[in-house]
Amino acid sequence: MSGWRHPDLGTEIDRSKPLTAEVDWTKIRGFQGDTLASALLASGPRTIARSFKYHRPRGLYGMGAEEPNALFDITRHGTTIPNERATLTPLTDGLKARAVNASPTAERDRARWLDLLHRTIPAGFYYKTFMAGGWHLYEPRIRAMAGLGRLDPNTNPPADTPTRSATCDLLVIGAGPAGLAAAKAAAEQGRAVWLIEDATYLGGALRWRGGEIDGDDWTDFARATDTAILNSDGRILTNTTAWGAFDHGLIAAWQRRVDHDVHWRIRPAETILATGAVERPLWPAQNDRPGVMSAEAAHHYLTLYGAVAGRQLLIATGSDASYATAAAFAAAGARVTLADARDVSPDAPDGVRVLSRQTLQAVHGKTETWGATLNDQYHSADTVLVSGGFTPSVQLHCQSGGKLDWNAEKDALVPRPGTSHMKVIGAANGTFGLGPALAEGATAAGGLAPDTPDGTNWRWHPARPDIDASGRIWIDLQNDVTLKDVKLAAREGFTSVEHLKRYTTLGMATDQGRTSNFPGLAAMADATGRSIPETGTTTFRPPVRPVPLSVIAGRRRGDLFNPLKRLPLEDAHRAQGAVFREYGGWLRPSAYGEDEAATIQAETKAARDTVAIYDASPLGKLDIIGPGAQALLDFAFYNRLSTLNPGRARYAFLLRESGIVFDDGVVLRPSDDRFVVSASSSHVDAVRLLLEDPRQGRFDPSQVAIHDVTQAWTTLTVTGPRARELLAAVGIDVDVPHMGVAENTWGDAPLRIARISFTGDQSYELSVPLPHGPALHARLDVALNAVDGRWIGLEAVMILRAEKGYIVIGKDTDGLTMPHDLGWGGPRDIRGDEYLGKQSLFTEAAMAADRRQLVGLSTTNVLPTGAHLVPLDGPCRSLGFVTSSYQSPNLGRPIALALLEGGTAMQGAEIGVFHNGDVQRARVTQACTFDPEGERL
Amino acid sequence: MQTFPCPFCGPRDETEFHFAVEADHPRPENAPSDLEWAAYLYAVDAPQGPAREIWLHIPCGEYFVMSRNTRTRDVTASEALR
Ligand SMILES: [Zn+2]
Repeated sequence: MSGWRHPDLGTEIDRSKPLTAEVDWTKIRGFQGDTLASALLASGPRTIARSFKYHRPRGLYGMGAEEPNALFDITRHGTTIPNERATLTPLTDGLKARAVNASPTAERDRARWLDLLHRTIPAGFYYKTFMAGGWHLYEPRIRAMAGLGRLDPNTNPPADTPTRSATCDLLVIGAGPAGLAAAKAAAEQGRAVWLIEDATYLGGALRWRGGEIDGDDWTDFARATDTAILNSDGRILTNTTAWGAFDHGLIAAWQRRVDHDVHWRIRPAETILATGAVERPLWPAQNDRPGVMSAEAAHHYLTLYGAVAGRQLLIATGSDASYATAAAFAAAGARVTLADARDVSPDAPDGVRVLSRQTLQAVHGKTETWGATLNDQYHSADTVLVSGGFTPSVQLHCQSGGKLDWNAEKDALVPRPGTSHMKVIGAANGTFGLGPALAEGATAAGGLAPDTPDGTNWRWHPARPDIDASGRIWIDLQNDVTLKDVKLAAREGFTSVEHLKRYTTLGMATDQGRTSNFPGLAAMADATGRSIPETGTTTFRPPVRPVPLSVIAGRRRGDLFNPLKRLPLEDAHRAQGAVFREYGGWLRPSAYGEDEAATIQAETKAARDTVAIYDASPLGKLDIIGPGAQALLDFAFYNRLSTLNPGRARYAFLLRESGIVFDDGVVLRPSDDRFVVSASSSHVDAVRLLLEDPRQGRFDPSQVAIHDVTQAWTTLTVTGPRARELLAAVGIDVDVPHMGVAENTWGDAPLRIARISFTGDQSYELSVPLPHGPALHARLDVALNAVDGRWIGLEAVMILRAEKGYIVIGKDTDGLTMPHDLGWGGPRDIRGDEYLGKQSLFTEAAMAADRRQLVGLSTTNVLPTGAHLVPLDGPCRSLGFVTSSYQSPNLGRPIALALLEGGTAMQGAEIGVFHNGDVQRARVTQACTFDPEGERL
Repeated sequence: MQTFPCPFCGPRDETEFHFAVEADHPRPENAPSDLEWAAYLYAVDAPQGPAREIWLHIPCGEYFVMSRNTRTRDVTASEALR
């Protein structure tokens, strides 16, 4: 127990609002403004986590997304989110946290014996060892021991994160000194600036380090920036992470709010990146002991939350930055020793013992820290703060294609200017210290450098892992990768950075290698005798830190994921007991009754015995209008349509240029220069665009227009032997020939009657403008009852059309089906003019006799749709498959349609149907099995 | 997410667009050979670098010619078909 709460310090906590949370079933206290990490630190326990592979005791190390250890499953208001970082989790009252990868608790983890086996489980151990008999034999037990948090399968966070789009003149990412200076300078020029900050408050490191800018405290400068941004129509988003840089400058940002989060898609004219840097650790033996912390993080906890990391501190550093940290801890009442790796170092702060030319060789401790060895001398300490310099946070620069250059003077990989669309400033650019950061920020936005007395550029001793050092040294704390693993990878030839990552998993954890990529790279460079730039850098991909999938998905979930189209008459159908299902993006009645299977059979029979009505409104209605209409349709369709007389209708196919059937439907010609294309209901949009292609690219678009009026009309189809009788009762003129179309009126409503049939019985498609739909529905319903007819759903229609061998595109055809495979070879053999797909119908493959062709199948049972057809003798291979299969109440037996290799020539033959390992027999028939002469039409 | 300029609607998200075909590849007519026809259908240049392509803006239904660099993703021109 070492951490404690200072009685006075803490600029960002509200001591009048105490909070209580529960960590591994132990109560901890904190204040409004705390993070879970700061509350844990102030509460004292050191071992708060277990490591990923060896189950080593681990403590808090960092302060943000770089935290490798303090991962918890967090439960708030009954919802559990796994693997949250304590450093990024605001403390809330009643929050429950459970350490990941530990059971029952991090302190008393049952799997801690695994660490004793560390010599036998180096990198690659699992790959090399668990091969005999197959990995799957071992996987369940290994997975149960490894891994991170627990996902509650019942977790279903609400889809309450809206996505909002925005543009601005300048986007500044990061509100530390450099970002503030850039944003202020740009806003003062009148540019609309958006400033995004990960933390709750502006200031970056100024928040804990403090500083004087333009003669006043830095907070005045931050307030002036705030005012300048708001005055120039800009915006400040705090608690917001810019998590991804995408094509054409798009920045995705996740804003965390109390009520609901917001996902921003920002398209700035210009972007400035000021995302700061992450402190590097040091690499003594046992550097993973609880009580070893980033010096910068400890400084941050001290100032912002009054959470003091320990009472007896050893600060091991080679960096100017640590002197202010040492001073702050001494002032807070801790005993502080600062061990600098350098020979010459700045003056010792008050109350700090400074030792120079010190190398931190080992940390001593187990579940807590007892001391450390410096230059072979033991020093007692309850906390070891480390600083090995800083690594610029360049993720967004690299995500947008930016390159890095090694800069030996800055001891860092820094952005190469001009390789991404962003300007990178401040610590992210390797520019450290308040004065230089302010100057670089202001200059990037065309302003003048603010004045500050703190003009020093931080310097540090370039610290690296010593590949000859003894003891266990961790490079990647989160994925438990040691220096030994890196050396093993080098020996085994995995020397490129990408191979190193994949072999050892270095840098592949959810901290994305923030503290481990650099030392891993440096160690590999050393082990292979290369320089850091020769060894290379890894690729950065979004997101820069874990983002909940619910944020990215936004509201596109559940009913809003892929909204269905609804029938205007839906309520009327529901009132009649309709069951609704999705058909091609539309919600339509499948049957009118609860017992669906029986109802479907009864509806199918009624449609043949008396009369039935179904809602065919989704059927496509593309108006093709103008003097150029017939030329366009002749080219676009496989069947010639210019020869269609006004008042008539024709069944026709649309092909792709590949000759494959794309859609079928009836084309009506109500008058000389107007056609109506009844595209399949699920294909209307695609057919419209397919027709637009030649309209715009081949013909004079001023001569023909295409209007999709599908959803402006209600279409009810009356079908059956008593259809005429019913319509006569309603007062609708039925004097329309088969394949004829007439435009009349019904009362004061325009009425289009098309006598075309998808059922094989006399059918009348009645179309009225939407407002007249309910009246037509109500009138037909009365008449329907009088002749003992029924409303029927789509399932009955499917059986009726299958009895007739009528196809559904995409169900009875596939990506190879050409019109002659369906018995429609006529136009190909007759037409001499050009049309879509023509050339493809004459290739060798298109002319082959063994193409899959549409047939019917006769059996004693209902065949499974999709079952393959196989030869009854000889080697088993697929000759095709069942496309549609139903029990026909009108024929009193099962019916099926199939695509069968050479099927046209196989009428009457027997074929095998393969399903679940069994082969049964079926007889090949014509596709049409009901009223083949068409006498009922 | 790229931004493409529709000549009729202005800059819009790439999800509103469909690639149609590479520009300057006229449809062979008057009984081309199978080879010529197959080349028209399937032999795309897919250049890395400058490209001229026909795209469709789905909401307005207009096809247009877009010149862009497939490597840098810069869009250099966008013009109506006629
Ligand atoms: Zn458009």
